[in-house]
Amino acid sequence: MSGPKPKELIEKIDYNPPQKGWMDVPVKIRKGMYCYASNPKSVEYVHLPHARPWNPLEEDWKLPDNWKEIVHNAFRERLDRFRSFKVFMDICVRCGACADKCHFFIGTGDPKNMPVLRAELLRSVYRNDFTTAGKILGKVAGARELTLDVLKEWWYYFFQCTECRRCSVFCPYGIDTAEITIMAREIFNLLGLNIDWIATPIANCYRTGNHLGIQPHAFKEMIEFFVDDIEEKTGVKVEPSFNKKGADILFVTPSGDVFADPGTYTAMGYLMLFHYLKEQGLNVTWSTYASEGGNFGFFTSHEMMKRLNAKMYAEAKRLGVKWILGGECGHMWRVINQYMDTMNGPADFLEEPVSPITGTKFTNAKSTKMVHLSEFTADLIYHNKLKIDKSRNDNLIVTYHDSCNPARGMGLFDEPRYVINSVCNHFHDMPRNTIREQTFCCGSGSGLNAGEDTELRLCGGLPRANAVKHVHEKFGVNMLATICAIDRAALPPLMDYWVPGVGVTGLTEMVANALIMPGEAERTTNLRGEPLSGMEE
Amino acid sequence: MRIEELLAQKKTAIIDKWFDVVADTYPADTAGFIKRQKDPFSNPVGGTTQKGLTGLMDELLGEMNHDKIDSFLDPIIRIRAVQDFTPSKATSFIFSLKKLVRNQLNKSDFNEYRILAELSELDLKIDLIGLMAFDIYMKCREKIYQIKANEEKNRTFSAFERAGLIKELPDSGPELA
Amino acid sequence: MNVKYMFSLVAVIFLFLLAYVGVEAAGLQVLFGIVIPYAALLVFIIGVINRVIGWARSPVPFRIPSTCGQQRSLPWIKASELDNPFTTQGVVARMFLEVLFFRSLFRNTTSKLGEGPKIYFSLELWLWLGALAFHWSFLTVIVRHLRLFTEPVPFWIGLLEKADGFFQVGVPGIFLSGVVLLAAVFYLFLRRVIIPQVNYVSLSQDFFPLFLIFGIAFTGILMRHFAKIDVIGAKQLTMGLVTFHPTIPQGIGGIFYVHIFFVSVLLAYFPFSKLMHMGGIFMSPTRNLPCNTRAVRHINPWNYPVETHTYEEYEEEFREKMIEAGLPVEKE
Repeated sequence: MSGPKPKELIEKIDYNPPQKGWMDVPVKIRKGMYCYASNPKSVEYVHLPHARPWNPLEEDWKLPDNWKEIVHNAFRERLDRFRSFKVFMDICVRCGACADKCHFFIGTGDPKNMPVLRAELLRSVYRNDFTTAGKILGKVAGARELTLDVLKEWWYYFFQCTECRRCSVFCPYGIDTAEITIMAREIFNLLGLNIDWIATPIANCYRTGNHLGIQPHAFKEMIEFFVDDIEEKTGVKVEPSFNKKGADILFVTPSGDVFADPGTYTAMGYLMLFHYLKEQGLNVTWSTYASEGGNFGFFTSHEMMKRLNAKMYAEAKRLGVKWILGGECGHMWRVINQYMDTMNGPADFLEEPVSPITGTKFTNAKSTKMVHLSEFTADLIYHNKLKIDKSRNDNLIVTYHDSCNPARGMGLFDEPRYVINSVCNHFHDMPRNTIREQTFCCGSGSGLNAGEDTELRLCGGLPRANAVKHVHEKFGVNMLATICAIDRAALPPLMDYWVPGVGVTGLTEMVANALIMPGEAERTTNLRGEPLSGMEE
Repeated sequence: MRIEELLAQKKTAIIDKWFDVVADTYPADTAGFIKRQKDPFSNPVGGTTQKGLTGLMDELLGEMNHDKIDSFLDPIIRIRAVQDFTPSKATSFIFSLKKLVRNQLNKSDFNEYRILAELSELDLKIDLIGLMAFDIYMKCREKIYQIKANEEKNRTFSAFERAGLIKELPDSGPELA
Repeated sequence: MNVKYMFSLVAVIFLFLLAYVGVEAAGLQVLFGIVIPYAALLVFIIGVINRVIGWARSPVPFRIPSTCGQQRSLPWIKASELDNPFTTQGVVARMFLEVLFFRSLFRNTTSKLGEGPKIYFSLELWLWLGALAFHWSFLTVIVRHLRLFTEPVPFWIGLLEKADGFFQVGVPGIFLSGVVLLAAVFYLFLRRVIIPQVNYVSLSQDFFPLFLIFGIAFTGILMRHFAKIDVIGAKQLTMGLVTFHPTIPQGIGGIFYVHIFFVSVLLAYFPFSKLMHMGGIFMSPTRNLPCNTRAVRHINPWNYPVETHTYEEYEEEFREKMIEAGLPVEKE
């Protein structure tokens, strides 16, 4: 008896299945590439339907009996409610311009991560259920019936999209995959098919005001700890206010800044900046009720987004502030910039934002009445209101990661760069096709920054890391600045894997390190306790 | 002529073919993209692979410097360790170089004893690179699991710990009654 | 063989034979020259209106433009009025460049290591060029054809023809637009077959209009330069159609009927296909809205009240802890 020839063995290893049409390739849910199913307790707490324990790897997803009907009706309802969805279902010509623009396609090499194909997963069923041609011609017209396998495929791939909108920049019709992913996830939620990394933060946020479920006293304690830490490092005792009626400005930032490294240093930066400006007339308060700027409701449904976002205006009204200042967060700013006023406005109980220090009117925010901290800080620096010692950041060689949402859902590009260049001496941008409106996602946005999908996140973050690696090797970049809390959580492991030796920082942390506080002791370390430039022993 | 010199002449052709072998481990449409898109930032997989293979080839025909091989091999394997590859699939492209090299030789070359001897020496070098690839693959996988394990802790625990919100066990354990 | 395009190719060949045999063998001139064109036009008009109304009926609940440039914020920061338009004029300019010059397709700049950013002709830019060539030459061809539907022919059509026939090759002169159209369609087809990613995502319905338009251009060039048809007769027929006094002049030639049958099929197919991107591009909410959402409130017509967790409920749950921590509360 002769065994297989060596050549056959090798070919078996190299075996690449013959190409089939994408509709004929069944979904394989791979470990490391998906997030765990939602905890039924979390789903129940916010009264979303069909809470139950289920496991994506099991055959039976324990769907409600009439799940097809639910999907069909939900699909129709969304077509009727969102012109974006309807138009995007109809007009794609599959030109392929978007195909290689997705960080997940580039990183995983999985063809179904091409934006056009991701959308076709939904479009194929749309054609089958809602178009004449699809009903008559079926598969020839690119239509297919909704089956359990199709639903699983949807679930797998719409939780491999970070809603970063990079593809929409290159689409000649502006087709936005984020919009399609949002609709798909709305449908999943009607079937109880959320992922836990989204469902549980939502429930926590709903109840306690922040994703981690931190109760008010612990929130305050945490910030008071920062106060001690700041005093230790600068000799200045800052005095933040909480839930203070009669403050001029309400400050809202993602809770990640308060509870997760390295965001905590950015939070200390906020505290120092506000303290610095106190004498010049800044009267700002934190809130424990609206203690979350991030909004994982945005990754669930428009309704859930509105329910969580409502707290910001409600709290501003209760405290009687004039306007709201928003911290460094990505999707929080997409929600604020493009949704908040429409959903929960008009904010007629607030005033058009004016900087109490410089008198600058933020006319671009005159209706929403919410200003981004980078806009606020850039204005301060421009008017010479901050005493800065740039050289303290001399040990940093910085590059800047444009977070997807402030980039493609807002257009916040030059304000943060102005701030960075004002507080440090060494700044190098990454290559043009990886920054600004063409910025690559961190790979962990839209609620995908869980632990169990590390492989997915590392794949998705590859294009970003690759560009960082380039400036790391070329200019010796050792610090990646960003204005997003998810970035601050997701980029450190990404750097750890792909570009060791590059740290991650928020903008305001750098500002605070360079800020010359009145009455400060000699600063020898930065907020992280590392020696400042020139202070090494 | 020594085999190294022979191959050095055909280096570009071999690297191109080798690159195709790596690209073809992906689904056809993805392979097409990896081969076609020349911008290293739009196509990090292709860019990294191209750079790595060229460097590996130089080392193979040159000094076989361990550190340099590692620096060229690591980025390629690092990518494949997070993608949908088994360890064998992730590293098999190295061994396919043996076949590519043989394809570049003339039939008559195989009759020369010296060439054959050098060829088997070259095979050993390729094997060595292959073994290093396994090491790197394992290192990457361990790193991934370390990231997974540490992430939760790094994210929140240390912040809580610094704030003194975590009650640590006293140095001397509770007295047993 | 690729099933996806074979199906469409066979369909177009079948349509060709249908019209040719129908006219040459069965004498169905009236059907192919009058009935079908009218019917097709009717389907086109009603279908397109229907489709656009269908889109328009769905509201735009949120203003979600993709911002592709610097926002307008502080007065000393230069805003990108084109890629992040704050005003309606900006949106009009953005749409103008998008609709007429496919600006987003042109965004594919690539950088080479060490040389700094620079644009070179990557395949994506070929797509941009191909798309431009295709759409503009098609438009030119259509406008040129107005000669057949007007009497007297407006002078500017003559001018266009002159420009189009600038190279004065052959008798009758070759129109550049026809050749470019044919070449562009062929390129767009090749692209779908050759580039693996594009091939993978292509459907039958992506090939069908390409073959059909190729057929239209091909029969058109055939008529003008090779199987010469009776131009006077053809114009009689087309003028009859627009003046609603349809006639069938004798002896125009079967190819002509194939040509107008293809055009009819394209018209009738249009509203049910992806060709509606022509209308859809104007309706795309990521492009046609100003990026001034923080300055001007956008109204969602179906905005409805939702269940929220109020401050009162929150304080109710945590009051004691809040008091203990020294946080102000509403009710002591």
